[in-house]
Amino acid sequence: MSLRFDGLEAVWDDFIFSADFDVPAGAPVAVMGPSGSGKTTLLSLVAGFLTPTRGRILWDGRDLGPLPPGARPVSILFQDQNLFPHLTAAQNVGLGLRPDLRLSPAQRHSVEGALAAVGLEGLGARRPAQLSGGQQGRVALARVLLRERPLLLLDEAFAALGPALKDEMLDLVGSIADRSGATVLMVTHDPADARRFAELGIVVADGRAHPPQEIGALFADPPAALRAWLG
Amino acid sequence: MAARLHALRPSPGAAVAGGLAALILGTLGAVAWEARGLSGLTQWDLRAVWFTLWQAAVSATLSVALAIPVARALARRRFPARGALVLLLGAPFILPTIVAIFGLVAMFGRSGWINAGLAALGLPEISIYGAQGVVLANLFFNLPLATRLILQAWQSVPAERFRLAASLGFGPRDIARHLERPLLREVAPGAWLAVFLICLTSFTVALALGGGPRATTVELAIYQAFRFDADPGRAASLGLVQVALSLAALALAGRAAAPAGFGAGLDREAPGPAPPGWRGWADAAVILLAAGFLLGPVGAVIGSGLPRIGSLPETVWAATARSVGMALTSTALTIALALPLALALARGRRLWIEAAGMLPLVASPLVLGTGLFLILSHAVPVSGLAIPVTIAVNAIMALPFALRALIPASRTLEADYGRLAASLGLAGAARLRLLTLPRLRGPLGFGAGLAAALAMGDLGVIALFGDTRTATLPLMLYQLMGSYRLADAAGAAVLLMGLSLGLFWLFDRGGRA
Repeated sequence: MSLRFDGLEAVWDDFIFSADFDVPAGAPVAVMGPSGSGKTTLLSLVAGFLTPTRGRILWDGRDLGPLPPGARPVSILFQDQNLFPHLTAAQNVGLGLRPDLRLSPAQRHSVEGALAAVGLEGLGARRPAQLSGGQQGRVALARVLLRERPLLLLDEAFAALGPALKDEMLDLVGSIADRSGATVLMVTHDPADARRFAELGIVVADGRAHPPQEIGALFADPPAALRAWLG
Repeated sequence: MAARLHALRPSPGAAVAGGLAALILGTLGAVAWEARGLSGLTQWDLRAVWFTLWQAAVSATLSVALAIPVARALARRRFPARGALVLLLGAPFILPTIVAIFGLVAMFGRSGWINAGLAALGLPEISIYGAQGVVLANLFFNLPLATRLILQAWQSVPAERFRLAASLGFGPRDIARHLERPLLREVAPGAWLAVFLICLTSFTVALALGGGPRATTVELAIYQAFRFDADPGRAASLGLVQVALSLAALALAGRAAAPAGFGAGLDREAPGPAPPGWRGWADAAVILLAAGFLLGPVGAVIGSGLPRIGSLPETVWAATARSVGMALTSTALTIALALPLALALARGRRLWIEAAGMLPLVASPLVLGTGLFLILSHAVPVSGLAIPVTIAVNAIMALPFALRALIPASRTLEADYGRLAASLGLAGAARLRLLTLPRLRGPLGFGAGLAAALAMGDLGVIALFGDTRTATLPLMLYQLMGSYRLADAAGAAVLLMGLSLGLFWLFDRGGRA
């Protein structure tokens, strides 16, 4: 099982994004590079928000191209707007099971279980505005937990939280991913996050995503693009 | 990149836009076909074209010229009830035209307060009828609009700039020269054009206060050709002229970018110390005069009409029930058209969908009414057309306003939650129920309120076809005024005003709760 970028190219006006490599399953991967280089583009292509011009993305040998975002084996967390502010925490989590929220009693039970698993027992009736930033992140993670998709994409998720809280969230992501064996692709602006969380690193520079390398080796002998980013 | 988003399924919005464009362009096509050129026009009709342009230009010029001191006074003074007054500036938009005219007649008419005062001073009497009456009524509706537009621009100037001016020791003249005049140069042309556009389709005002060779607009001429001369061909020719006028004005507006007419947020801190002395008294006088001009007619309607509501005849109540039903149907239709259009526009900027949504601005209600009559009268008896055609035309005419409320909110919704919804597979009815309706509640309520109030107060198409069995409350009020049953007219005017404002309030409040 692996995530495979097969001669992938996406072209917009004067920006060309390309990727052509495999990402082994199960390893946490940091996606690094200067801003505007195409990190979010990589995630958006996997999630299905953007359509490639050429090439394919395969998961477990299956072409993801024809699948709409919701049908892909993917959960994604953004920097913010991961929750609908007019729905309760439990409803936001429940969306992961059934988008029309017509939940069976058993499903309601698993929503409560997921909330408890991220330390939010009894807070299901609250709306996002009544929760702290860290709690909101936990609600989003409870939904990731329930959806059980084998690919988890973090697009600078938790970047708006303070450093301590962010570490806490990343640890929680790590334990969720460990439990489910999910492959995590994490876009980050912070080399410390990459070192702490990831085993592999993908460097994106000038629209080109480079094959993943072992994170320690990457930082020990950084290629030019990463050197420029690290400063 | 937004254009390459994954969800490129054929949307209901495209279907609505296509249907709408077909309906409006088809109707205009029928008008053009029936008109067989412009040869049917007479000397009279050319005079109507001239008067239409003249009254629109004069009304726009006076509205903007008078709005400048009012906006300046409101911008630099803070006083109790200022917020209420600014809010009130938006009210004429949803006040039924015929009600305001009733109030203006009560205030400026032969037996009104103003003439009583003039007579007491031994001055000659003024007349509310004819060209000056049309301009006065246009002023009542558009002075507040122009004031809001200019006030908005005034308050968009950062307060720091006024504070800087104060710290540099600028006097009122310096402020006028360095801050106010550049600002006005920027906003005044757009405000002028906005008012000009509105006055160009002036029908109800001309119907009630104008008429005759010297005060007939093109819209009124369409009505007369249709209703009195039973000459659909000439009505259609005039319709073409009206469309040409609107198109030309819209083309102009495209260049000058007429600003949007409403929007809240005019309640900021005063930008700095206001100039003292006579200027303070002048500002107070300007504000009092403007408030009196706005509130006087409304007060006259309420004062004379409220006691009469209980004794209104059965026919008025029947018309009321009919009007409310029609307004609600029309509102539902407007929202059913506007929501898919706004959502489609939010997903990607497709120019033709936007153009379809703005098409109603080209077609005036009377032109659409005439066209629909020409198309449908072969199949359906005329008496059966009045109500459905009125509902449809009112729904279409309210569409640009509902869209203006919905499009920015839909764009925000798509930008904030579009990807999250897609990644969770939230689509179709579930997306509508769980995401779209709850998030767009506010603008939906506001748009529905506007549509309901406009439909409730409209006296356009119904005047073309209406008879005693299909009369709406505005038409009934017009007929009561025409037959000098002023007591009943006053009662009907209060009722109509209360219902229009009440419907707006209910929908708008419903959207905010």
